[in-house]
Amino acid sequence: MISGFLSHIGRMTLSFLFFAGGLANLSGQAIYLSFVPPFHKGRFFEQIKKAGCDSLPIVSLVALFIGFIFALQTAYFMQRIGSEMYIASLVALSIVRELGPVITALVVAGRVGASITAELGSMQVTEQIDALETLASNPIKYLVVPRFLALSIVLPLLTLYADIIGIMGSYIICVFKLGISSSLYLHVTFDALLYKDLFTGLVKTIFFGMLIALVSCYEGFNVEGGAEGVGRATTRSVVFTFIMIIAADCFFTAIFYFIFP
Amino acid sequence: MIEIKELYKSFNSHQVLSGLNLKIQKGSTCVIIGRSGCGKSVLLKHIVGILRPDSGKVFVDGKDVTSLKDKELNALRLKISIVFQGGALFDSLNVAENVGFGLIEHQHIGHKELMERVRESLALVDLRGVEEMMPSSLSGGMKKRVALARAICIKPDIILYDEPTTGVDPITADSINELIKSLHDKLKVTAVVVTHDMKSAYRVADRIAMMYQGKIIAEGSPQEIQQTQNPVVHQFINGLSQGPITESLG
Repeated sequence: MISGFLSHIGRMTLSFLFFAGGLANLSGQAIYLSFVPPFHKGRFFEQIKKAGCDSLPIVSLVALFIGFIFALQTAYFMQRIGSEMYIASLVALSIVRELGPVITALVVAGRVGASITAELGSMQVTEQIDALETLASNPIKYLVVPRFLALSIVLPLLTLYADIIGIMGSYIICVFKLGISSSLYLHVTFDALLYKDLFTGLVKTIFFGMLIALVSCYEGFNVEGGAEGVGRATTRSVVFTFIMIIAADCFFTAIFYFIFP
Repeated sequence: MIEIKELYKSFNSHQVLSGLNLKIQKGSTCVIIGRSGCGKSVLLKHIVGILRPDSGKVFVDGKDVTSLKDKELNALRLKISIVFQGGALFDSLNVAENVGFGLIEHQHIGHKELMERVRESLALVDLRGVEEMMPSSLSGGMKKRVALARAICIKPDIILYDEPTTGVDPITADSINELIKSLHDKLKVTAVVVTHDMKSAYRVADRIAMMYQGKIIAEGSPQEIQQTQNPVVHQFINGLSQGPITESLG
């Protein structure tokens, strides 16, 4: 029983090291190849559209609901201590510093990351990635780099958009439901927010975007088996990306706490 | 010429190639036969450098594929085309973009010349007016033809075919065999065809090599293979359920 447990731990460790090594290798190549011509502009803009424009409806919806929910939940306590006017500042800070970046990254990981893994996984299973290589095209340059660059650029922009929509959601609740005046709400919101709040919130999303692209592409490239393998890889990709986004968020929060106290 | 020397390859302790040796003369069509899963496709992927062997050498026109740097390997790959079993057409590109992929990526020719080359390649495989179609709307036989057109569009010296007649009806299979023969006659390319379809093998081969347990166990002209005394080859080419191949599996 003990040997079984130890061999399980050993297998898990090896599997983790294999994943970490593969991901580091893919990251290095993707970063290097981002600066090496030829540049596939068409594919890059196609990915910008897929990851960015096509994600706008779901990001809008989620951000709006987060704004509603957060305003109502905060109101529950603030009304008890008679400080409703501070709901605006609390919501703005929480959304810009934390909720906006993380929720947007999770939504994009679920929507775009899963689709990348499924697409590359199907390409792997049907030998399209081998075909790319035999046609003297580097699959990392052709498939990973446009997604890597697009997600690194798109995620901060989507986050900024989600921040605005989230604050708008809270505004709707506070102004139309709780009776706080519109000018007071906006004044308290902008008064509470500093540039560093926006900066720290957006900088980490660049890394979240890179993480989503790299993990999803890595899992897609390593699909084994047929349709079942694609399904398994897609699940792994979403789970790993979620965990890594939360872990990276924790790391960045700690770093920013000490750099910008 | 393609020369393979003492090639070994294993996947997760499963030995697929065990000291394989083979010489394929320039301009000839060599058919490699063997049971499904015996490592024929793995061998093709070594010739084009997608897989690296555990040991051994693969020489293509005197260059050792196993030790080439990426840039040299890519230059060599533009002289070798491979037709994959399922076609491996890029889902997101239409037929014209698939066929002209190599030219678009590496030769940077004008759109007019590109479309001419694409139409010319499609005409060689008896396809016309399909340039704008997506791979998902093509039949199995058409996909194989488009894959063949993509292979010849870059004007290679060597074409590798991975199970070209698998998964298509007998009439389409025969027309694909006919295409392979006519392309060989017209373009004078060296061809390596991997198959377990003996009808196809006899139809297109100058030489036939039988792969078994990771090695080439017999090689000769189609007539020599048909008259072989080797019991393994005899069982395989006659499609017998009883014999040394099935006995070795227990």
